Amino acid sequence: MTTDSIEKRAVLAAPLARVWRAISDSREFGAWFRMDFEGEFREGARVRGRITYPGYEHLSGELAIERIAPPNYFSYRWHPHAVDPERDYSQEPMTLVEFELAEVAGGTQLTIRESGFDAIPAGRGLEALRMNSGGWDAQLQNVSAHVASR
Amino acid sequence: MSRAASAGARRAVEAAPVFAALGDETRLQLLARLCHEGPLSIARLSEGARITRQAITKHLVTLESSGLLEAKRQGRERVYQFSPARLQAARRYLDQVSAQWDDAIDRLRAHVEEP
Repeated sequence: MTTDSIEKRAVLAAPLARVWRAISDSREFGAWFRMDFEGEFREGARVRGRITYPGYEHLSGELAIERIAPPNYFSYRWHPHAVDPERDYSQEPMTLVEFELAEVAGGTQLTIRESGFDAIPAGRGLEALRMNSGGWDAQLQNVSAHVASR
Repeated sequence: MSRAASAGARRAVEAAPVFAALGDETRLQLLARLCHEGPLSIARLSEGARITRQAITKHLVTLESSGLLEAKRQGRERVYQFSPARLQAARRYLDQVSAQWDDAIDRLRAHVEEP
């Protein structure tokens, strides 16, 4: 099992330029991502936003914009799903989120890749355990067999 | 959707102590030993260790409070065993991050495909 990255791919029935606007403009991005951003997306900017997801309006988050390469590549770093308001995530490494667009028959292919989970505490333990004990799945099977045998 | 999201947030918060417990080399080694060798006492886990028995006990308590280990009394000794349910829950966290992207893509689709 890989614990470092997640990749998603989907074909959207819309022109590439339309999808580009939806991912690279902070207001458009916020509309579907459900965050209300305080500023524009610019390379090197840290853009704060209030979460508009029903039930989470008391939370906010920040995107560190990495690269904006029109017409088809956009990336930022963030603290993935930092949902616990009591916890200080600022010292933790961030994951890299990349959006890549390609024109295909029927519209635009979108690829979203989020990587770097192994470097954050959430992923580090999982990866370390995998490395240390030769496979998490195997480990769980060992334990199940062990428990079943008594 | 908000119900799914709040269940998701709850799961992430529940998983946090598991991730914290896993984020230490000594605890990972203790956990790996208990996976391989089955239930062990503090005395057995301390044999040949480079750190003190007190330090090991402290790590075991951390692992126990995260739900990764269960402790039981065997005569005079406290015996620890690996409890895989919480680890599976932590794994579900990554599955959940993946599911959140699926939801976000659905909303983006609705956003860009609307006439």
